[in-house]
Amino acid sequence: MNRFTYTKANSIDDTLREVNADHDIKFIAGGTNLIDLMRANVEHPSHLVDINHIDLHAIQETAEGGLSLGALVKNADTAYHEHVQSRYPLLAKAILAGASPQLRNMATNGGNLLQRTRCYYFYDTATPCNKRVPGQGCSAINGFNKIHSILGTSAHCIATHPSDMCVALAALEARIKVIGNDGERVIPFAEFHRLPGDTPHIDSTLKPGELITSIELPSKGFETHYQYIKLRDRRSYAFALVSVAVGLELQDDYIQEARIALGGVAHKPWRDETVENFLNGKKAAEDAFETAAEMMMKDAKGFRYNNFKIEMAKRAIVRALVDARDLKTPEPLHCYTYNRHQQQ
Amino acid sequence: MTTIAADISQASYIGQPISRVDGVAKVTGTARYAGEYTAPGLLHGLVISSPVAKGRILSIQSEEARAVNGIIKIYSHENVKDLPWFDLSYKDMNLLPGSPFRPFYSNEIQFSQQPVALVIAESLELARYAATLVRIEYETAPFETDLENNLENAFTPKRGKTGYKKPKNRGNAKKQFTKADVKIEAEYMHGAEHHNPMELFSSTVVYGKDGSLTVYDKTQGVLNSQSYIARVFDIKHKKVRVLSPFVGGAFGSGLRPQYQLFMACLAALDLQLPVRVVLTRQQMFSFGHRPATWQKLKLAASNDGRLEAIEHTAISETSRFENYTENIVNWSGRLYSCDHVKLDYRLVPLDVNSPLDMRAPGAATGVLALECAMDELAYKLNIDPLVLRLKNYTEKDPESGKPFSSKNLMDCYKQGAEHFGWEKRIYSPRSMKQGKQLVGWGMSSGMWDAMMVPARAQAKITADGKLVVTSATSDIGTGTYTIMTQIAAETLGLPLEDVSFELGDSKFVFAPFEGGSATAASVGTAVLFACKKIREKLLSLAKKLEQSPLANVQDEEIVFVNGRICHQDDIECSLSIREVMDRTGTKYIQEKNSDLRAMFKQLGYARNTHSAIFVEVKIDEDLGLISVTRVVAAIAAGNILNPKTASSQIMGGVMWGISMALHEDSFMDHQYGRFINHDYAEYHIPVHADTPDIEVIFVQEKDTVVNPLGIKGVGEIGIIGTAAAVANAIYHATGKRIRDFPITPDKLL
Ligand SMILES: Cc1cc2nc3c(=O)[nH]c(=O)nc-3n(C[C@H](O)[C@H](O)[C@H](O)COP(=O)(O)OP(=O)(O)OC[C@H]3O[C@@H](n4cnc5c(N)ncnc54)[C@H](O)[C@@H]3O)c2cc1C
Ligand code: SF4
Repeated sequence: MNRFTYTKANSIDDTLREVNADHDIKFIAGGTNLIDLMRANVEHPSHLVDINHIDLHAIQETAEGGLSLGALVKNADTAYHEHVQSRYPLLAKAILAGASPQLRNMATNGGNLLQRTRCYYFYDTATPCNKRVPGQGCSAINGFNKIHSILGTSAHCIATHPSDMCVALAALEARIKVIGNDGERVIPFAEFHRLPGDTPHIDSTLKPGELITSIELPSKGFETHYQYIKLRDRRSYAFALVSVAVGLELQDDYIQEARIALGGVAHKPWRDETVENFLNGKKAAEDAFETAAEMMMKDAKGFRYNNFKIEMAKRAIVRALVDARDLKTPEPLHCYTYNRHQQQ
Repeated sequence: MTTIAADISQASYIGQPISRVDGVAKVTGTARYAGEYTAPGLLHGLVISSPVAKGRILSIQSEEARAVNGIIKIYSHENVKDLPWFDLSYKDMNLLPGSPFRPFYSNEIQFSQQPVALVIAESLELARYAATLVRIEYETAPFETDLENNLENAFTPKRGKTGYKKPKNRGNAKKQFTKADVKIEAEYMHGAEHHNPMELFSSTVVYGKDGSLTVYDKTQGVLNSQSYIARVFDIKHKKVRVLSPFVGGAFGSGLRPQYQLFMACLAALDLQLPVRVVLTRQQMFSFGHRPATWQKLKLAASNDGRLEAIEHTAISETSRFENYTENIVNWSGRLYSCDHVKLDYRLVPLDVNSPLDMRAPGAATGVLALECAMDELAYKLNIDPLVLRLKNYTEKDPESGKPFSSKNLMDCYKQGAEHFGWEKRIYSPRSMKQGKQLVGWGMSSGMWDAMMVPARAQAKITADGKLVVTSATSDIGTGTYTIMTQIAAETLGLPLEDVSFELGDSKFVFAPFEGGSATAASVGTAVLFACKKIREKLLSLAKKLEQSPLANVQDEEIVFVNGRICHQDDIECSLSIREVMDRTGTKYIQEKNSDLRAMFKQLGYARNTHSAIFVEVKIDEDLGLISVTRVVAAIAAGNILNPKTASSQIMGGVMWGISMALHEDSFMDHQYGRFINHDYAEYHIPVHADTPDIEVIFVQEKDTVVNPLGIKGVGEIGIIGTAAAVANAIYHATGKRIRDFPITPDKLL
């Protein structure tokens, strides 16, 4: 771990004043990812700005009938918020499928968006990694790549974005509100995270020094037909091998609107509008779901240890669509684990 | 008269589910662990580990690091001189054949994450920062870390470490195979696993004015650490005191002194200051592990299910510098009645650190393969897997021909099956379902040694009637404190509150490291004998008292109850221990057990614990999700001193068996010769959500041979067989045999 300086910011203005080209600055929110990375010598900011005291702790209804989630609201408080539970249960379910209660109590919404990949090599400075040190090479391509991407990869990086929350946000078409010294911007979710290309060290389109202030949820929450399935090596406290967030709007047996987002398969939550367009207007039946799953995996490519993800993703997509279609009464959302839930 | 009987039963502690005597200290945080001791001016050390698996250190540039204010010194092979060069100086009680790893001995790199430098600073944070400034240049050399690619390089070890038994063949398995009605053959593989106790390896060393060292160490044997330090640094044993009163889990990882002990002592002796060195979680993957092992099982049977031949081959990894051996294949010659057995155990040296005993070393591995193969045979024969075991039940040890000191595996099968509901099992795979899920029921047998090793205990009773018993043994979370207190209290008829047991101090009388499930039997017997001696002394004092009511009572009629020495039938006829001490002017009585083993009778018997494990899994086949939903573990382990702590041991073992079946795998990246998932986020063990209902049954087993208390030990038997039962249940649910462990969702798709 390197040496760094630290300031506590009390306002957005305070924060932006700290942003200055001479410093390699980082904002620190819950610290659940950043501190681990500093300990592992992967991140070495020279200056930390503690943003926890800025007033971004509210969840509020928006003029457009949606919900605005403050960047500093804890993941746990977000998932258990009454409006999130009733109107965006897909989001609540995805958040609760992530990490552990202790971590969710610390982790913030802004931090969750910017958490970095869990690629083993990224974390281990003894091994080359383009994301950590551009140009070093990628250890995962020929290494143990069980947890790596099958879609949107490049010859430079095959890491995944590890978040659960973001998969639901992608399906819900959330927007990210940010502020920087150049003013405020709103970034559509699909444009927030990026593919690795030949610059895998850049995870998102957020500009250096920009602060996330909130996540804006549109009014449509798919609260009657949704599902989040997370497949992993144990029932809790493990990142997704594959996860699927589905929202369906049904009229009689027909799909008015379908949303499908995948986690654990790409450098960003993965959506494919051609697949969603294909489903729109179709009867919500298994054969359509299977075709959709095939379409979604059309360009998928495995790297040996993660080959299984292609088949796993297809099955999970179909299952999530079936579950969403058949959802009867909204389930009470508590700490959620897929298989257990099915059994009880 | 009835009051005495009531008193006696009240004062009976052995066999009672008594809560841990150290429980409150542990949950309130007053129990201190090695890395929590401090001293004025304590310095902190951080170990720098090698990023390469093999090669040489070319240079170490540490000027920049040393220039940091608060950095005291940086150690490496460059400035650490005068270390002994005899292997013997570095050997520990495990006695692995070969040359033990010597930190800072030369510039040679023998395994990835080998410790190459130690930064000593005024604070841990400073040490961690300075470590990033040390530039080390390496020359790399080609290395081999892949067991499966090197099976043809395997050799048969001539000697093994402490406890290694050369596998014994009998009959002519080869010939028998050509004749047999029914045969199966299967290969099994599992990768390396690391112990990963919650507590990181830590040593806090306090340098005394007289040059002595007080060492707080995480270890399973304080005497092992003491003798290692004394030999490596050439100081007198009595100048090194090692303490380890509490250990936050070890599972075998503390059976050898780990390198943080060397480091902390090195710096403390050199600087003549107190030093603490704590390893990081990543560095917990830098030392011993359960070795990756490839196995092949061949079983032959008659049409009616009688085993006719067993062939078991196991090939394990070891390091280039030591031959780590374990008893993997031996169990295949001992669990069932079979006249023709061929066993083959070999090692492949790789560029890794030496493996190390991990809970049920050898048996966890070997019984896994044997018991999966038995299940495969049962299905080939078209008979119930439990029936196959019963058909091949053996009352004597088929390897030695000796009778078992006791063996009630039969009741394990019967009671386990009954509690589990085995008779409701539908034989065919894929025939039991619940909703969308497939249900599978599998079972396995298990076997482990009931060991007893020389150990001592010292007991001292003082005039106030309080008893203190000491021994240099340890409690790695197993419940040693509690059961020794029970034995002592019961032997002298004292209330539990008046007895304390102290351990984990090298100044106490000899006990070996805590391992092999031998502590309860070995130290327990020593405690019994030491306390019995006090009992005799007290009784003779009591009898000699003027007008003693006990003067004419036969010794056999005497009982010690509630702090009193009484006639067994007459409460009036008694004296309190305190009164006896007081009236005879005795300040204290102190005794040690004299005979260390005195159990020659044992030699005529095979001494083992046994188990039958029944497991239910539910599987969402489409998604590859496996849940273990129910486990019944029926255990035959002699006399159970404390069913509460013993059940905890079994439950922990069962969880570990599930972990072995479904989760655990230290993934070796052969590009770098390095374990790559080296943290708790990616090295998976079961979490609460994975934890099923576990029912533990201890079947009756009276044993007068193993030791006077009939104790066999329960530390290891719980893990053995559990992984096989899970794999067999998965087969029953899905019809798929997965022989490559752990069975993760990707393998089930
Ligand atoms: C063992 C473990 C298991 C986990 N399992 C899961 C899991 O299964 N699923 C899952 O989704 N997540 C999981 N997580 C990750 C967890 O969700 C993230 O660590 C957490 O969401 C990060 O939030 P934070 O507030 O702690 O971020 P920090 O660690 O404080 O920050 C993370 C990054 O975001 C930046 N940042 C934070 N807030 C802002 C802001 N407002 N504006 C601009 N930049 C900002 C920081 O500068 C930093 O770069 C796990 C984490 C751990 C340690
Ligand atoms: S996949 Fe990406 S993060 Fe992982 S080693 Fe390759 S470049 Fe680094």
